[in-house]
Formats: sequence, structure tokens, C-alpha cells
Amino acid sequence: MSVKINEKVTWRDITPGGTIYDAGNSSEFKTGDWRVLKPVFVEEKCKQCLLCAPVCPDSAVPVENKVRGEFDYDHCKGCGICMKVCPFDAIQMVSE
Amino acid sequence: MPIRDRLSGNEAISVAMRQINPDVVAAFPITPSTEIPQYFSKYVADGVVDTEFVPVESEHSAMSACIGAQGAGARSMTATSSCGLALMWEMLYIASSSRLPITLACVNRALSGPININADHGDSMGARDSGWIQIYSEDNQEAYDNFIQAVRIGEDERVMLPVMVCQDGFITSHGVENMDLLEDKEVKEFVGEYTPKHYLLNPQEPIAMGPYATDKYYMEHKRQQVEGMKEAKEVVLKVAKEFEKISGRKYGFFEEYMLEDAEVALVAINSTAGTIKATIDEMRNEGKKVGLLKIRLFRPFPGEEISKALKDVSVVGIMDRSETFSTQGGPLFFETRSALYDNPNRPKVVNYIYGLGGRDISTKDIRKVYEELYEIKMGKEVEETCTYLGVRE
Repeated sequence: MSVKINEKVTWRDITPGGTIYDAGNSSEFKTGDWRVLKPVFVEEKCKQCLLCAPVCPDSAVPVENKVRGEFDYDHCKGCGICMKVCPFDAIQMVSE
Repeated sequence: MPIRDRLSGNEAISVAMRQINPDVVAAFPITPSTEIPQYFSKYVADGVVDTEFVPVESEHSAMSACIGAQGAGARSMTATSSCGLALMWEMLYIASSSRLPITLACVNRALSGPININADHGDSMGARDSGWIQIYSEDNQEAYDNFIQAVRIGEDERVMLPVMVCQDGFITSHGVENMDLLEDKEVKEFVGEYTPKHYLLNPQEPIAMGPYATDKYYMEHKRQQVEGMKEAKEVVLKVAKEFEKISGRKYGFFEEYMLEDAEVALVAINSTAGTIKATIDEMRNEGKKVGLLKIRLFRPFPGEEISKALKDVSVVGIMDRSETFSTQGGPLFFETRSALYDNPNRPKVVNYIYGLGGRDISTKDIRKVYEELYEIKMGKEVEETCTYLGVRE
């Protein structure tokens, strides 16, 4: 059963109890809009060690062809784990 | 063929549980409902049922285990009382909002403090807005009958809500009565198999339950949940009709006892209804036209139907076995009076708070109440709408 859950869904169509029947639907929701601190990627310092990608609780560090891309700010909560794990100071936390 | 037996209210519930043979029962003992899981655990130990019995370390865990099990696709049950129900408080909301038709036997008992173990409706009334269907039982027979029907009511696809079946602590839970039991086979056929549409252990459909709902979604969920409650009214009557076919016993939203031509009437729930009926019988012999409306279904509240049933009564006394501290009366009073408000010939309504913490209520007390209702009918000024019955002044 596939129900489109978005901000237009009515009470008649929303799933009972909010049960989610499809995997991977987080991409449809913008959940990073209440962040206080924001990680900024300093590309010239990055050695592409990719330590930041697996530690991100929200999969907000996209990696393609073994190269990390810009943060996915729609989902990043600004927790700062990526900044702490980065050995090269390639991530800085700034006020949102 | 009905089986004649004499059982306490707790035994009656455990027999119903045995006959239903649920997939999971998770429970923590608390007076006066302790015996329900106690008797039932013997059935489990003896292999009479194949239920997974989960002896948990608190009522919060009991409800959590039921939620997990029911979400996984298992028919789950528990029993509790008083502070046990209060400890389940947080999880009661999770169960109802996740639309999990868990069945709970609530043996009504006062909430602390001071500590008290006797009958009082403070526990279930405290949970009345948690989204559970609530059914109240006058005696052991009703507790048994209601518990079996509760399974069907909650699991109906239109409803999908948990159901609480209440009875009075010690008065019915430990009082032994003669009663009629259904055959095991009849109960089994009546409740059928639990076949949820969506459940966690279905390998064909991996799902996520209990997600976070922001303000953009929460209200739609609550509105949908209310719809389940609205549908429940029809389902309660449908299930009662089917139950009548196998048992011969009739159930509705409420029971009207000598109400049709009553001049004054009382509204009550649970065991006190029996005391009131006995008083009515006495007073009817004396030519007094007194009646009773005993509410069986409290959630959803059948307001329109109650208003209709009381339309020809001139004075109504509403009996509350719990306090709200609003200083305006008890929960049964609020809801009944509110239901009567739009009635063009609405009766005079007064509230009696009685029997808190198990204080005895006798036919003598009820007679006094009826006499007062008559005085009000004759024009006596009502000084205080809400009064306390049997409290030492």
C-alpha cells in the first residue's frame, strides 16, 4: 500500500497511526529546518578520507564515486559529529 | 448450551481470556486485578492455552509489551488497576494512536493517596481521554460478556482501537456470583482469528510504526482517530447483536431500568447500578416511579442516545465514583449534563459523588437520593449542584 504523505494529505487519507509502508521515504521530507548550527564544507582542506559520511546519523553527507559532495541541508540536523571526526579541519560549524 | 458456574469477576475474566486464547498476555500484578494474570498464568503453565505470557517488571512495560506484540500482529491483552493504569498512562496513548486493538481488563480501584485499594473510578476516569474505548460492567456476568465482545469491537477494521473493560475492585472482582459461561468453541468462533491488515512481522510488507508526526500531520492523525471512535458506536451494537445470538444476553450503549415512565432517575456505572436496581424494586412496590440509566459504553460517549432516553424525566441524579477537583462535579456528570443541554425539555440535573475509596453504598443511601430528587421535583431549591454522599459533615 502506497500512500503519499505530504502536507496536503487529508485526515481521511493519512495512514492510521502514521505507519509508513514504503522504505526510504525520508527523502520526501525536509527535516533539517530546525538546525541551530550548520556544518560548512571547506573543500580545499578535504583529503576525501570519507570518515564524515558513515558517522552522519542522517545520511546528510552524500558520496558519489568515492568523492564526498556538499551537505544535504534538507536533512542535516547540525549535530556536529562530522566536524569532530574530521582529521583535517575540513568541516566548520557556523551559526545557522 | 451455557455452562453454569460460580466465579469471581477476576476468575470470569481469566476464563474469558482462556477461551479467547490470545497470542500474548503481558502483565504486572496489582491489587485487585492481580488474580487475572495469576489464574491465566496457570492456564499457560498447564498448556491449556498457547499464549506467550510475559511477566514484566512494571505496568508501563506491560502496556509496552502489548503494544510491541500487537504491532507485530499478535492479539494481546493485559489487566491492571489503579496506579498500575496510571503507570501505563504514557503507553495508553501510544496504543490508541497506533490503532492497536489491545484488550485491557481494568479492575477499578482508587488512586493514591492516601493509599487505598478499594473500588473507585478514579483510575479509568483518569484515562478516559486516552483514546481507548471504555466499557463498564455491573457484575461478573457483564465483565465476562463485555470482555469477549471487546475483542471484536476493537479489532473491527473501522475501529482499530484498544478497549478497556472495567469492573469494580473487590465488589465484583472478588465477589463470587452464579453466572453463565459460553462453550469454549462458541467463544473461539465468536472472536475468530486476529487478522491485521498491516503488521510488523509481515515479510511481504516491511513497515515502520510509530513515526514522528510534526504539526503538519498530527492533527490529521487525531481527527482520523476520532473517526474510529465514531464508528465504534455502530460496531458496539453490531457485536452486541451477534453476542445475543450465542448467549441470549442483550447489550447496548446503556441499560434502561424502569426508565420509561420514571419521574426521577439516576445515572450510574458499574456495580452501584445493582444497588440502585434493588432500591428501585423496593420503591416501585411503594408506587414511586423511579428509574435508572446504567451507562455501559462511556467511550465513545453515546450522548445523543442518553439525552433521548432521559427526555421525559424531570430530575436526574448523576452518580460519580470519582472526583475531578474541578469543584464542579464528576466526569459522568459533566458528560451527561452536556449531552442533555440541547434537549428542549432538559431535566434538572444534580451530581452525587459517592463511594470514593470503596466507601459502602447501600439501598438506604440510594433511597435518600431518590427522595431528594423527588423534593427537587416538587420545587426544592438546589443549593449545591454537586454534593457528597455519605461523607461525614
